[in-house]
Amino acid sequence: MILSSGPARTVTPSWRTVLARLRVRAGGGDLVTPALLLLPPLSLFVLMIVSPILQSIWISLYEWDGTGPATWVGLANYRELFADAQFYVSLKNNALWLVFFLLAPVIGLALALFLNQKLLEMRLVKSLFFMPLVLAPVIVGVVFTWFYDPTFGIIAILFRAIGSTPPAILSNETLVTFGIIVAALWAQVAFCLVLFLAGLSQLDSEMIAAARLDGAERWSLFRYIVLPQLRPVAFTASILTVIMSLRNFDMIAVMTQGGPYGSSTVLAYQMFDATIFSFRAGYGAAIATVLFAIMSIYIAVFLWHSLRQEARER
Amino acid sequence: MYPIPIQSASAPARIAYRLALYVALVVWMAPLFAILMTAVRSQGDLLAGNYWGLPSAFALGANLREVFASSPMGLFFINSLVVTCCTVAAVLVLSTMAAVALAKYRFPGRTILFAMFIAGNFVPYQILMIPVRDLVLRIGAYDTVWALILFHTAFQTGFATLFMRNFIVALPDELFEAARLEGASEFQILTKIIVPLLRPALAGLSVLLFTFVWNDYFWALVLVQSDAAKPLTLGLAGLKGEWLTAWNLISAGAVLAALPPVTLFFLMQKHFVAGLTVGAVKA
Repeated sequence: MILSSGPARTVTPSWRTVLARLRVRAGGGDLVTPALLLLPPLSLFVLMIVSPILQSIWISLYEWDGTGPATWVGLANYRELFADAQFYVSLKNNALWLVFFLLAPVIGLALALFLNQKLLEMRLVKSLFFMPLVLAPVIVGVVFTWFYDPTFGIIAILFRAIGSTPPAILSNETLVTFGIIVAALWAQVAFCLVLFLAGLSQLDSEMIAAARLDGAERWSLFRYIVLPQLRPVAFTASILTVIMSLRNFDMIAVMTQGGPYGSSTVLAYQMFDATIFSFRAGYGAAIATVLFAIMSIYIAVFLWHSLRQEARER
Repeated sequence: MYPIPIQSASAPARIAYRLALYVALVVWMAPLFAILMTAVRSQGDLLAGNYWGLPSAFALGANLREVFASSPMGLFFINSLVVTCCTVAAVLVLSTMAAVALAKYRFPGRTILFAMFIAGNFVPYQILMIPVRDLVLRIGAYDTVWALILFHTAFQTGFATLFMRNFIVALPDELFEAARLEGASEFQILTKIIVPLLRPALAGLSVLLFTFVWNDYFWALVLVQSDAAKPLTLGLAGLKGEWLTAWNLISAGAVLAALPPVTLFFLMQKHFVAGLTVGAVKA
């Protein structure tokens, strides 16, 4: 403890001197400029992204209709959720989405190997393959709804052509989720294709040429020379695909609204439904919190991977 | 190069490859052909049960006129344009500021901030939904295009900062030191030196942001209600519910909604692809 002897000398440096001192810190690195530059984007980000996350977790501890007064209920929303049959339907569908979405990196890689050729028209062909990426999920949802229509959809017509009864994909409780996943996979494969084509363009060609000279067989060349070099891309494609699979909302909302009888809901949709249609914001927030907790695992893996790669490059 | 260039294969193999390529392309594009074919189909064709055959007449103009006359899709188009353009402009400014700070200045907490901007990209919208809706209601922006602009700007700033930072890190430090020695202020360095060098990156980022914001459906559903503020995606989903079997009109609406991002994509394909692979693949 420091006891001041004599009258305390108050030093009130003008803000200019403080600024100047800050500028001198960190070996000429100045702190004011980055602070000023970060202030507007960061405050907006904290206001609209960071603080809502914390607020949602907080709201999940209340019974609230979204407008009126809220009552503290502790973990009651979670207890109710874990006893809710609909929650397990959503969870099961989320798992289906996740597993079947992982076909996207596999198909994307196969397609990338198929398209990685230099032909005159290849540039145009590739951009046509990329196109689903720029289409709104709503549009894709609308088109596939029509494909699946049991009376005049193309699937129904094909089924009738071979003389069998067409399935009503979107009103069949077991088929419906697969129907939506197939529609969503279209754009996800395109995304993985973009990543793998970029990865293929950066392969070490000398290494491949050397392996070919050494007489590496097709499969072993792919397995031991090409695939290891594609590993970082494959990792990124897979983890991003998992994250996207858990975020999907638009297609379900447009194609089935979670139906028939809630059989195609996922956590993202169930949350929206509970909050907007059943006016149960607290319960909805609890669903959102569970979804967020699940996704945090994958986000953390991705973050860890990118920061490590970042550190390696420096 | 991997796989082996097809040029070095035998003639039959080359022909087989081309054939397979076009078949794959047609299958891949089937949903798009379906929208286009249906958008040009007349009501008569649909009534006659001609859903998938060749259209008997080219009725795209008539269908679009009908869409504009009997629904507010024209207004929705303008709303989408306003929301998207305002958001893109605001995000370009904010993310360049944040990215310069994160890339070229050393300060405590830099990595954590950077991590936060990356992670913010991937959080599920639902964890933000209730508080964001509440906030927008409280500031009186609910059911206006401003609600959408505000949220999209905040959300996209995360991705855009990550994107811009990767470009700015690559700029040589000597550039900054030389400018400082010449007596340029930090602000001048930013506007006179950095921004002009970033033009290609900003172009690529704009295309990506345009697509992301234009295609949004969830936030439109949560933050707006009336026709005066609805974007096209919401309008299109509404048409689907309202017109049920007028598939030619719904498809014409879908074409309308797809046109701006698709056009932009073809004009700036290289930037778009480069943008998507930033962070995912080493350049």
